[in-house]
Amino acid sequence: MRKAITGHKAVAEAMRQIEPDVVAVYPITPQSEIAEYYAEYVHNGLVRTELVPVESEHSALSACVGAAAAGGRVMTATSSQGLALMVEVLYIAAGLRLPIVMALANRSLSAPINIHCDHSDAYLARDSGAVQIFAENAQEAYDYTIMAQRIAEDMRVRLPVIVNLDGFTLTHTVQPVDLLEDEVVKKFVGEFKPYSPLLDVDHPVTWGPFAMPDYYFELKRAQQAGMEAAPGVFLSVQREFSQISGRRYLGFFEAYRLEDAEYALVVLGSTAGTAKVAVDELRARGMKVGLLKPWLWRPFPAKEVGEALAHVKAVAVLDRAFSFGTMGALFADVASALYPLEKRPILANYIYGLGGRDTTVPELVHVFEELPKIKKTEWALRYIGLRE
Amino acid sequence: MPSIKVLAEREEKGVRFTSGHTLCAGCAEPMVVRTVLNSIEEPVVVASPTGCLEVATSRFPGTAWNVPWIHVAFENAAAVISGVEAAYKALRKKGLMNRRIRFVVFAGDGGTYDIGLQALSGALERGHDFLYVCLNNEAYMNTGVQRSSATPKCASATTAPAGEAIPGKPQERKDLTEIVVAHGVPYVAQAAVSHLIDLANKVERAMKYEGPKFINVLTTCPLGWRTPRDSAIQQAKLAVETRYWPLYEVMEGRYKINYKPKERVPIEEWLKTQGRFRHLFRDPRGKELIAQIQAEVDRRWELLLQKEKCFGAEA
Repeated sequence: MRKAITGHKAVAEAMRQIEPDVVAVYPITPQSEIAEYYAEYVHNGLVRTELVPVESEHSALSACVGAAAAGGRVMTATSSQGLALMVEVLYIAAGLRLPIVMALANRSLSAPINIHCDHSDAYLARDSGAVQIFAENAQEAYDYTIMAQRIAEDMRVRLPVIVNLDGFTLTHTVQPVDLLEDEVVKKFVGEFKPYSPLLDVDHPVTWGPFAMPDYYFELKRAQQAGMEAAPGVFLSVQREFSQISGRRYLGFFEAYRLEDAEYALVVLGSTAGTAKVAVDELRARGMKVGLLKPWLWRPFPAKEVGEALAHVKAVAVLDRAFSFGTMGALFADVASALYPLEKRPILANYIYGLGGRDTTVPELVHVFEELPKIKKTEWALRYIGLRE
Repeated sequence: MPSIKVLAEREEKGVRFTSGHTLCAGCAEPMVVRTVLNSIEEPVVVASPTGCLEVATSRFPGTAWNVPWIHVAFENAAAVISGVEAAYKALRKKGLMNRRIRFVVFAGDGGTYDIGLQALSGALERGHDFLYVCLNNEAYMNTGVQRSSATPKCASATTAPAGEAIPGKPQERKDLTEIVVAHGVPYVAQAAVSHLIDLANKVERAMKYEGPKFINVLTTCPLGWRTPRDSAIQQAKLAVETRYWPLYEVMEGRYKINYKPKERVPIEEWLKTQGRFRHLFRDPRGKELIAQIQAEVDRRWELLLQKEKCFGAEA
């Protein structure tokens, strides 16, 4: 069923169809609408979910951890400072191997305070142990919210999954979205099977123990194994989802006109849509350019990204956040991915779109035009749309 | 009301909190934990924030907990139990859970009065069905006796030491019990480790109410209070006798003082037995400071008597 809805409504609809046992959520711009839509569903009796309208994001994720350990299917959503407040608990959710699915309406971190999009919030949670997926549009946000549930809950993974969607650009923009039937989604996500839940009082389990140097390392290694299993699970969930939806999700990233490209751009989220227009324009002018848009950012599919970019002369990696004091985080990922290759493309790192600064087709065309002039990889940041 | 016999029988039937933990010799916490857990008939799920109890009972791969137990972080035990209780309600609605399970938090004063206060307030306001027990030992004992907002005035703590210029903690302790009362929750009480049957009665009464229940238990820490290891019960008892720590409960807004000491035992009698107040008896300013402490004890006791008079359970 095709509907013209915002990214928020698309995520909220996916959540309604999944119908988790517990949703604990706290308002923040631009995420609030997800909480509002879901509260409407609960208050109108469309879902049986227990809504926990907490007093902070820290408590939102804490309640999610409690509910997930208790044996419930759990979801939440946040943005920016809200994620910053959650981060302590996000690391714990991952360490406790709890399959909490979270929509992250990407917004810049303070200071200065700003409500618009960049990826500094997602980057803050980069090493948290949560799986992170980026959506290009409302359709992908809807689809990956559903897929995230299966990835998170797979016994080989059992980790929190964050579905990133660009604040305002995706969350507040009305787009056509194909929704699946409720029954199809319910069947796809299936029943939640908790592992050693707290509510199984006949089999008491101690959750969140204290581990000293004699065990901490082994427990964290086991957590890494969950991350290592995530890519395989991601692909098999994609395959299954493609079958029920008729939409093609094949691989860790979308490679757009990349196969014979001489110059390529790597970018996360909604700017990939803008980049596709730039690619088409330049292709029409005879320039062989392409795009790589990662869906799966954590764990980072380094081997596959390296292979996909091996034939390219130069790659521009676009980061929508600083990693202050070094190159952009996505750039570092791509550079690492290319390192094992014998013949490596030249790399350039562009910082763009901070605090909701618009990035236009001509600006991305200009990046592509600049690429052939860059003769070697430089440890210097370049900027798109910045007044110097 | 649960007698010692009933409590002992329940313990024999199934120990909920076992020995083998690493709490200090003379620590009052296990007595409170066991009494509370044995005073609840139904199955329980327990949450604890970071603190003495948590580190001493859950060292992987061992555990002292024979009931489901969860620790997440320092400031969020009330939020965690909110989530556990919400999941329980959701599973009941779906018909996937038909047993009655009770939810209990054991938290220290740091995790309750200070860093966990926001999460506690939120959980109280939302009305989750749980019992929150504060094991109040009046400082951050787990990290080395730093001052908390439960630390009494003039007590020497490592972050408020008895110095030449400032004789211990300058501020009065926060009256958290009354802050919880102000939330309008159905059951609030103060108890002490010296009065375990009183505590057991309070837990049993508390569990008859739906919604949030809170018991603030004075839980002696011989290490932090600098008293002998065998003094925990005496110390708490003296705190009650001096009216420093009144035993009372507030049921649906109605006050009941459970014990009114016949004689007014001066607070000095309690202070002088503890190393954390020793400086008051050496410092020339000590007399005046003890008088101030006594005045505040008297003020709070009078206020409590007035509250009972105006909003008494029997009125």
